[in-house]
Amino acid sequence: MSGQEVVKSNSQMVQKEMITRNYDRITGGTARVSSTFVPGNLNELLMCFDIANNLPEINAIQNAMRKKSGEMIAEAERSGHSEDVCTYVKADIGMMAKGNIAPNGKPFPDPDVLLLSYTGCFTFMKWFELLREQYKCPTVMLHVPYAADGQPTRNMRDYIVKQLKEDVIPVLETVSGVKFDIDRLREYLRKSAIAENDLVWMLESSKHKPSPVDCYFGGVYYMGPIFTAFRGTDEAIEYYRLLRAEIEERIARGLCAQSPDGDMPEENYRLVVEGPPNWTSFRDFWRMFSEAGAVVVASSYTKVGGVYDYDGFRHDPDHPLETLADYCLGVYTNRNLPTRVDMLARNIVDYDADGLLVNSIKSCNSFSAGQLVMMREIEKITGKPGAFIETDLVDPRYFSAANVKNRLESYFQMIDQKRRAGGSAAASGA
Amino acid sequence: MTIRPVGEIVAACEAIFEDLTFAKAREWKAAVPGRKVIGYMPVYVPREIVHAAGMLPLGILGGGADMEVIHGDAYYQSYICRIPRSTIEMAINGKLDFVDGMMFPSICDVIRNLSGIWKLLFKDKYVRYFDAPQNFREEVGGVFYANEMRELRDGLAKLGGRKVSDDDLRRSIVVYNENRRWVNRVYDFRADFPWKAPSAEVYLLMRAGMVLPPEEHTVLMREYLAAAEAANRPMRDNCRVVLTGAFCEQPPLSLIKSLEMSGCYIVDDDLLLVARWLLGDVPTEGDPIENLSRAFLFHSAETAAKYEPDVARKGSYLIDSVRKRKADGVIFAAPSFCDPALLDKPMIISRIEPLGIPYIHIQYAENSSQMQPIREQSGTFADSIKLWSAS
Repeated sequence: MSGQEVVKSNSQMVQKEMITRNYDRITGGTARVSSTFVPGNLNELLMCFDIANNLPEINAIQNAMRKKSGEMIAEAERSGHSEDVCTYVKADIGMMAKGNIAPNGKPFPDPDVLLLSYTGCFTFMKWFELLREQYKCPTVMLHVPYAADGQPTRNMRDYIVKQLKEDVIPVLETVSGVKFDIDRLREYLRKSAIAENDLVWMLESSKHKPSPVDCYFGGVYYMGPIFTAFRGTDEAIEYYRLLRAEIEERIARGLCAQSPDGDMPEENYRLVVEGPPNWTSFRDFWRMFSEAGAVVVASSYTKVGGVYDYDGFRHDPDHPLETLADYCLGVYTNRNLPTRVDMLARNIVDYDADGLLVNSIKSCNSFSAGQLVMMREIEKITGKPGAFIETDLVDPRYFSAANVKNRLESYFQMIDQKRRAGGSAAASGA
Repeated sequence: MTIRPVGEIVAACEAIFEDLTFAKAREWKAAVPGRKVIGYMPVYVPREIVHAAGMLPLGILGGGADMEVIHGDAYYQSYICRIPRSTIEMAINGKLDFVDGMMFPSICDVIRNLSGIWKLLFKDKYVRYFDAPQNFREEVGGVFYANEMRELRDGLAKLGGRKVSDDDLRRSIVVYNENRRWVNRVYDFRADFPWKAPSAEVYLLMRAGMVLPPEEHTVLMREYLAAAEAANRPMRDNCRVVLTGAFCEQPPLSLIKSLEMSGCYIVDDDLLLVARWLLGDVPTEGDPIENLSRAFLFHSAETAAKYEPDVARKGSYLIDSVRKRKADGVIFAAPSFCDPALLDKPMIISRIEPLGIPYIHIQYAENSSQMQPIREQSGTFADSIKLWSAS
């Protein structure tokens, strides 16, 4: 199955070129480089200092999709890391041990700064403490408090803004030699908001029947530019315009979502998915859905970098540092479980989904701890069935294709049964 | 004062430890109408604020080695540590029904998300996720933390139906300063005379402090120290170790006993760190919230759950402990699936290895039952230290 040729849309090709371009910049030897994390990343701020943005989660994903992460994880475990811990971290550490080669085949430079944006994941802190051991470069922590009561408080926001002013910006100025210009930041933020509007339009396009896009497997391509190094650029604005036009055309032609094998012939099931995908068998995993005519109409993973479609967040150039704080505070995994439940339950209703599928990731407690309770709550609220599968991010040992396929087939049968018992009609005919 | 024999004191502590219905805390609550009990999980919460609100801070440390977890496994995947599943089990089984509120400190994603589960399942309870700063500058992290504590104080005041004044807080700071001094005296005594204060006893004594009011616990520690000093116990040819990594999910008591039986006196540890988190007295003059904040920022323990901004200081807390307690080696004891402890360990090892400090690593769950392999490992470790150490 994995040997089949993959069909990609124009937007997917453009996205790939953008990501490659960023790797060329990182490895080109001319730009200063920061390592930082995807959730709530401060791309616009880094751009103010002409610093290239290297994201270790993306590197781990790239290595997993190229089937390289398994040996990197094994390397990290040989050097003393436990089998029990996050495999993103181990893939990163293993990659360093194996020469630190970027996906473009060139060696990664040592970062000039580690921007420890501590947002929505405790493991980030340990991860960058470990990288600091290796790189011995300036490390600046941005502690983002957890929005435990559903809404960020003034105290949280003020704390983040103060850290930006008094810790993060001064360190970035020193590392880059560039003086901070708040008007430059405002300009980038204005561009972010434009791209974000089209991004939300894309996310909501899956309300159409059939859905023109898959908002999980396809979604990870569409999220690439906004969650990595392009938010705040003209390229991102262009990319999301292009994507929007592509989707508008798909809607006009009544096309089902795209799969690795081209357009799905029919849409049988509409799902909301909670949790990140598995990356080591990404396309095989995707085909388990597309071959059954299952499309993901909404997913929490497409909110991992930031949430735009739940409470209307857009970067606000009039409040530049405050808006960065709000962005960090609002990422999906920085929200409490009742909010996540509400978000996913609303998705099921608003997107007329057949139910919730949880892909529980061994490596990621930030997502996984509590998912079983969330699933039951969402079932109660929506009356739609939930299902639970278990895989991992980048550790191939934890992807059992037969088990996942069996569970999915059972789930699709459960949805069919529910329909026969008087529930919703088949998706494409509704 | 008539001194109870040490065995009697320890037996009383063990009864508290084994009682998962928390009868002592229930008795405290029932003694005066309107009293409230606030549970808290590891590693650290400012118990002074709970105490100042007239409430009992109750340490919730999972279900221990013997509790059967039936429902809890339906809440957590197999690759998540045990403490949240046994804690949920206790809540579902009604063992925590008398607890009016729960505090979940910022230690890891699992405990963080447990606060959300509590919000979903126990909607009538006060739930507080308690965030501590990872920025240790007074005007940045300090301001944030003081405001978090003020929110906590106000939340508890609302729950209790009465204002919590600065003087209430100062009185509670005095109580906990006294308690902490006696905790440290017990730890010092054990380090000086480990054969007189076996670690299993010290652990049970400290566990009692998770349930009893601090004033009562202080009296108990005084009593234990007097009894332990008076007891005539044989000194063994054990090596001296620091146990580290066990700051959240607790090891079974049998593990602590096994380490000592195999030839390792535990002369320091990071078990129940809440009782020793602050490293000195909190000042009682001035703004008590600011004082608690400064104590956290500048005079608190180092654990994996806390960021160390100065790379040169990474591991120094453990190294200082090894030196201060004249330990021969370190036992890293981490719960399975504990990201903070397990990811921190290689960094700490890189600091102690160049100093020639021997170490071993063991992994456990609160319900681990097979102690023979651990005993063999720690026994070999103790033998190797005795055979090969410079002394």
